[in-house]
Amino acid sequence: MTTEALIQEPEAPKQGRRASAEAMGAKQRDISVSEFFTKNRHLLGFDNPAKALLTTIKEAVDNALDACEEAGILPTLDVTVEEVSDGRYRVRVEDNGPGIVKEQIPKIFAKLLYGSKFHRLRQSRGQQGIGISAAGMYGHLTTGRPVVVVSKIGKGRPAWRVEVRIDSRTNEPKQLNDKNDTVTWDKDHGTSVEIELMGLYRGGRTSVDAYLEQTVVANPHLELSYKPPKGPLVHFPRVSELLPPEAQEIKPHPHGVELGMLIKILHESGRKHVGQTLMEEFSRVTEAVANELCKRAGIDPNAVGSRVDAAKIEALHAAMVASNAALPPIKKFASKVARSDTNLREEVLEEGTGFSPTLADLVIRRAGLEPTLKAKLVTPMMVEKFYAALHESQVKILPPPANCIVPVGEALVMEGLRRRFKGEFFTSHTRPPAVYRGNPFVVEAGVAFGGTLSKDDSADVLRFANRVPLLYQPRACAIHEAVLKVDWKSYGLQQRKGELPVGPLAIFVHLASVWVPFTSEAKEAVAHYDEVVREIRLALMECGRKLGAWVKAQQAERWETQRKSLFEKYIVELAASIHSITKVSEESVKADFHNALPNHVRIAVAPVEGSAPAALEGAAEGAAEGAEAPTEEATSAGDSSPPPPPLRGAGRPSEMPPELSDDGDGNPFEDVTPGNKRQLVLKMRPKSGRK
Amino acid sequence: MAPRKKTPAGATPATKTADGGATAGEAGVIGERDRVTLQKITDLAFNALAEVRRGKNPALSIPVRALSNVSFDQEAGLIRLGESRQSRNFFHLKQAKLFMQTFLIAEHCKKLIEAGATTSIRDIYYGAKHSVAGTKENTFEEQAESDPIIEDLEVTIDALREELHLRAENRGAMVGPMTIRDTGDTIDLRRMGSGGWSIPSIVEDNRIEFMKTEAEYILFIEKGAVWARLNEDRFWQKNNCMLLHGSGMAARGTRRLLRRMHEELKLPVYVLTDNDPWGFYIYSVIKQGSINLAYESMRMAVPQARFLGLMSSDAERFNLQPNVSMALKDEDSARIEQLMRYDWFAAKRWQEELALMKKTQKKYELEALSSRGIRFITEEYIPQKLRGRRGDSWLD
Repeated sequence: MTTEALIQEPEAPKQGRRASAEAMGAKQRDISVSEFFTKNRHLLGFDNPAKALLTTIKEAVDNALDACEEAGILPTLDVTVEEVSDGRYRVRVEDNGPGIVKEQIPKIFAKLLYGSKFHRLRQSRGQQGIGISAAGMYGHLTTGRPVVVVSKIGKGRPAWRVEVRIDSRTNEPKQLNDKNDTVTWDKDHGTSVEIELMGLYRGGRTSVDAYLEQTVVANPHLELSYKPPKGPLVHFPRVSELLPPEAQEIKPHPHGVELGMLIKILHESGRKHVGQTLMEEFSRVTEAVANELCKRAGIDPNAVGSRVDAAKIEALHAAMVASNAALPPIKKFASKVARSDTNLREEVLEEGTGFSPTLADLVIRRAGLEPTLKAKLVTPMMVEKFYAALHESQVKILPPPANCIVPVGEALVMEGLRRRFKGEFFTSHTRPPAVYRGNPFVVEAGVAFGGTLSKDDSADVLRFANRVPLLYQPRACAIHEAVLKVDWKSYGLQQRKGELPVGPLAIFVHLASVWVPFTSEAKEAVAHYDEVVREIRLALMECGRKLGAWVKAQQAERWETQRKSLFEKYIVELAASIHSITKVSEESVKADFHNALPNHVRIAVAPVEGSAPAALEGAAEGAAEGAEAPTEEATSAGDSSPPPPPLRGAGRPSEMPPELSDDGDGNPFEDVTPGNKRQLVLKMRPKSGRK
Repeated sequence: MAPRKKTPAGATPATKTADGGATAGEAGVIGERDRVTLQKITDLAFNALAEVRRGKNPALSIPVRALSNVSFDQEAGLIRLGESRQSRNFFHLKQAKLFMQTFLIAEHCKKLIEAGATTSIRDIYYGAKHSVAGTKENTFEEQAESDPIIEDLEVTIDALREELHLRAENRGAMVGPMTIRDTGDTIDLRRMGSGGWSIPSIVEDNRIEFMKTEAEYILFIEKGAVWARLNEDRFWQKNNCMLLHGSGMAARGTRRLLRRMHEELKLPVYVLTDNDPWGFYIYSVIKQGSINLAYESMRMAVPQARFLGLMSSDAERFNLQPNVSMALKDEDSARIEQLMRYDWFAAKRWQEELALMKKTQKKYELEALSSRGIRFITEEYIPQKLRGRRGDSWLD
């Protein structure tokens, strides 16, 4: 018994359950989204007071810009941040947008997941319709003050004043003031939002100031006035009078569609035919394309979509993504396979692009082969069969239409960078549209270099998604990753492995897409899709190449200038000696040497002053395409500067034996011919061109 | 007569004594030899000017003064300058200053010749030194910069240093049973006290004349200290010889004087140096000439000179104790390796001596002989060496 007493019996389960299904059922109810976000406000970017302040401004500015652009109005924004009391800020963002109809004002500013942008595939800053309402909610939560909106939709119309707060339990707006409140407003149309919140104003990379400065970079058509809590009003004038073209709404592209999505689309298509559904739901699918796709998948285009079985849908999916797949040149692939220790499927996935394992298997089987076939046993004949099978599986589908994406544009990216940085060199590159998961996107990159940018710091990376600056979580962002993946050393910069390049460099990357793949709803970082990282990298490399060429040319020019001044210095002495020996007048000797000097020094033509930035870029491009003479812009624009002197004696003087030319210790101009020298110079920014 | 590499037209040896010379008394009167030198300098400047007027890169063609461009003339026993020349261009990052400096020196030499004055190479360094117009940079930062430029000019226009009216500092001394005339003054070299007659840089026959001598041979000693010891013992009197030292490496003046005495007075030359590669090399310069001044070998070298030591084998021969030796340093060993590769050290006995030094890792100063007694060097070592056989007591 004693032993029994020592061993404690496990407590017997209580009779009956702790809660009945009925009791539990009574507790189970809808969770209002606003309740959810009250508890999880970090998901929306309100984790701390500093971030809350920034997010609030960001959401208001994003909305204002989207509204202006959609209405075709050049945006003029006034942002005011004022510290009402310690830690309590009043944020006001006023735009000249189209205004909001009276009835919609409460819902837009005080109902989560309400908006016009969620239900369509179209490039815009906001996406889900959460942001501004969440900001209002945060403000109310911390200060008890409602959102105050003033909006006017046209001349002669009333400017409605609405005080509104969200009911976080029901996710419904609650207007607090009289529904007919109006104010007098000198603006013809526009909207002003005022939110009071507990926040923290500070400087640095993630500051309100940084966000607005970067917004200005990506939005050259924006005129912005900003009154910070401390310090004077900052005004950024408009640099481009051109409104970005309106982004078109599009449907997903077949190349990037996921199987689950295709299944959903077909199941929800009701009684429609498969072919019909494909044409309606996807962009670039014509009747011919739809029929071809069905044929490859062994489906009758006239079959009812919702009745197609899973295996056939999988085949259809493979057919849709197959045409995005690509392989290296056949000989290269064959020789790689012959040396491989893996199997055929692995090799296809490794060497090809756009292959999923399913697609790889499908095409391999179609070629009459086994995916697990040892790569070494694959004969050149089999490789040929496999290539033929891929070719047969591919249906030509046009790339997504580019009009759905509105990049900033190369010229304006450079203008934006110029507005922000006092650099010496600017360049940019816009990639052609590409697709991830069926969503078309465009990447553009730009760099600013030299000037007042810090030489000893890491490059300043400005990340943008649909023209919105991304300030937080750089390390979690695909843009950051892509910047690291570029070998900046080959462009004359310093870079430690796995780190940002060091030098007087600012890097601009803009991802424009109908649906930006953010890592979270806080929209802080771009998710790491291979296609996205790849496009960013390619765009950066293009900028890097141009930068590298410029840096090299600069170096060469510095060298030559150094050489020239060295010769000029000694000519004075030499002329005195030669005069003393020969009695030829000193001035005449000097002149003789100065006349010969250009034959032995290749100093570049000075950059032309005063040409318009756009023309300058055009000139640079023209020259890059191999124009030999200076382009028209270059010669005609600068009437004050003398025409460039002809570059005589381009190469090293022929009478000089090669081993006696300047020693090979880093003399960089051996391969700089006058032709490409001029091109490089033309890319330089005029020193006092723009006001 | 001084043999010359090339005798420029008009400057024949016969006219040399009459025309040459630039004593103060002759100032303003430009002799034939000076006229030729002036013409060479003027041509150099006009050539550069002509090149530059055609838009070309003016160049000076300078004979290369480096090991790569000298050869050892076995038959004559001389180091001779080869044919390769290097171009010095004005429009060249690294040569522009050198080019300018060469003309600056040329200009100053021309002024000296025209004024009939002679200055030291240190004087011309200061004379040509000034800041480059509009900069803080000097035309010459130190004399080490101007000295090689002078040599460049000499070889480029094929003019001797004295033809450019330049001289170096006096270096080395001489005593012995001889009377000379030095720029007009008669000097009895028997009555030079403890310091001896200081050897000037220019010792051409228009300045130094040999009057009368009873000397039977010449003994050249590397070091002034050992020379002083011998002078104190009146070694030259007892042995009837001229006693010279070079304060280390023999300067041009000393070498030229040795050559003239050897040639004109038919006196054999014996050389006594420390036992180390540097001492060996001093001997070889007197005998065959140097790499840097290979273009003057013919008028400076004494191919018949003999080496009295110290040899490495002398340690055993004269019973020198190990405690008077010094250990070889790294630079000594490296220099031994270099000497062993020179053609003029290729003779078997020299290779043996160098190999022995390398093997024992020991070197001896001349003073080491004093360990055998104060007068050992004068009373035993040198007489024994002079009597001995070639290859044993002395080397060629």
